Amino acid sequence: MKPIVLALAALVAPAALAADQPAVDPARVEATVKAAFRSAPPDWQPRLIPDETLKECSATDNSPTAAQFEAIQKREAATIRYPDDGNFVGDWKKGERLAQSGYGLRFTDYPPRNPNGGNCFACHQMTRQEVSYGTIGPSLLGYGKARGTAPEALKTVYEKIYNPHATFACSLMPRFGTNKVLTVEQIKDLVALLMDPASPVNQ
Amino acid sequence: MRRPLALLAAGTLAALALAALPQTPSRAQDGETEKAIERYRQMLKDDPWSNPGLLDADRGEALWSRRRGPQNVSLEACDLGRGPGQVEGAFAELPRYFADADQVMDLETRLLWCMEKLQGFNRSDLLKRPHPAGGQPVKELGAIATWVASKSGGAKFAAPLGHPKEKDAVALGQALFERRSGPFDFSCTTCHAEPGKRIRLQGLPHLANPDEARKVIGEWPAYRVSSTHVMTMQHRLYDCYWQMRMPELEFGSEVSVALVAYLVNKAAGGEITAPAIKR
Ligand code: HEC
Ligand code: HEC
Repeated sequence: MKPIVLALAALVAPAALAADQPAVDPARVEATVKAAFRSAPPDWQPRLIPDETLKECSATDNSPTAAQFEAIQKREAATIRYPDDGNFVGDWKKGERLAQSGYGLRFTDYPPRNPNGGNCFACHQMTRQEVSYGTIGPSLLGYGKARGTAPEALKTVYEKIYNPHATFACSLMPRFGTNKVLTVEQIKDLVALLMDPASPVNQ
Repeated sequence: MRRPLALLAAGTLAALALAALPQTPSRAQDGETEKAIERYRQMLKDDPWSNPGLLDADRGEALWSRRRGPQNVSLEACDLGRGPGQVEGAFAELPRYFADADQVMDLETRLLWCMEKLQGFNRSDLLKRPHPAGGQPVKELGAIATWVASKSGGAKFAAPLGHPKEKDAVALGQALFERRSGPFDFSCTTCHAEPGKRIRLQGLPHLANPDEARKVIGEWPAYRVSSTHVMTMQHRLYDCYWQMRMPELEFGSEVSVALVAYLVNKAAGGEITAPAIKR
């Protein structure tokens, strides 16, 4: 039976692979990863396994088909949990510290000595003072000034940080809320950093 | 006789360059760091023998020919692909398929194999702490790799693709390069699949692009100024997975080899300049 199954697998292999290269069986990729990280403790095992969304994003090199795009956004939006009190804005000063910090979840960060950071400056320009910023994401300078403080605008930013795929399937940005990197309170502090008129982002 | 003297000077040069580096290489000071490293690179260009990585290559050369391990033999019977003991040009043709091991191996994995099979070292001991901490010298295997790579200096990457397992390693490497997982949802492509991007102020080479891959892949193993030691390619990948919030990548694993095969394939035709100087 096996050759037939393999032949079928080859037929549905992702088209992303260059024509001159043999397709790689996804199951084998997963087994290879498992073996290469076999020292990982049991509670780290989930890190090795991509969920449905990541699988689709990887297989299409982050260019999902229109149908996948819709399905991913719907699925990811359903994971967003909102603040109990309906308030999306925390303290921008705490938010700025979180945006600076890349601490957390690396194998040298255990046992935890600090709260996890968001490492936003790694990818985004955010304030004029901080010149050491990355460029993987767009500049967020003046983000709130351009969008105002209406409840809908605040909610949209909260959702973006919680799960960027909800509005942009296969975004390169981490799903900070869904993946439990940041807490609801921390995300509120980051919303404040981006949206509070007093925040350095909007000066 | 010029060389040993110049190597003594290397330590002093390194110390000078580091004194010029700010202690916390973040924020606005990063620009200064970049400038200090550029000055240091220039000093090294003016006097190539002052590259501290050459000290490790020398150490590697001595380790290669010394009788070591439970079997008390040297590595001179180790076949890096061009026949036992043939080191010159071998690195330029790796990774490749080795019939004795029935698998594709990159330089570091092959050295691991020779140290285990010929010298009788215990594999799990060699796997325990394969990479140096910041400020520590590269491990013995890494020093040998540095020397072997330097013996392909000036040659161009030409890893063979004649064996099906060699082609397969490159394809597997591509799948791994694009594979996202972990709490930050990262893949190698998050950081290395577009030109001109950077994290903070560190430039990110677009490694899926042959022009950019050819510029940097041949520099490894490289002397890394910010951690003051030689870093091998497998150490570089281990460190990128650390940033990706993944567990510790096992040295000599199929993932390491496949990624190296993919990167070297992208860099085909690129010149080998190892050990070069990195940030
Ligand atoms: C690994 C890179 C990366 C990191 C880290 C990152 N982002 Fe992003 N971000 C992106 C990319 C790429 C986009 C554009 C795609 C999208 O909208 O999802 C983006 C988009 C955004 C947007 C929407 C911009 C718009 O055009 O409206 C906001 C807001 C944002 N990020 C905030 C943050 C915050 C806050 C953090 C830290 C908690 C953060 N990002 C961390 C890569 C990143
Ligand atoms: C979160 C960002 C990030 C991810 C994801 C990442 N890298 Fe890197 N990588 C970097 C940074 C930053 C550097 C440069 C470090 C420095 O300047 O010291 C780098 C350097 C490298 C280099 C050396 C390039 C040179 O200039 O010589 C290679 C090769 C490399 N990465 C391969 C990979 C591979 C393969 C993966 C996936 C397994 C990966 N990277 C994932 C950030 C990343």
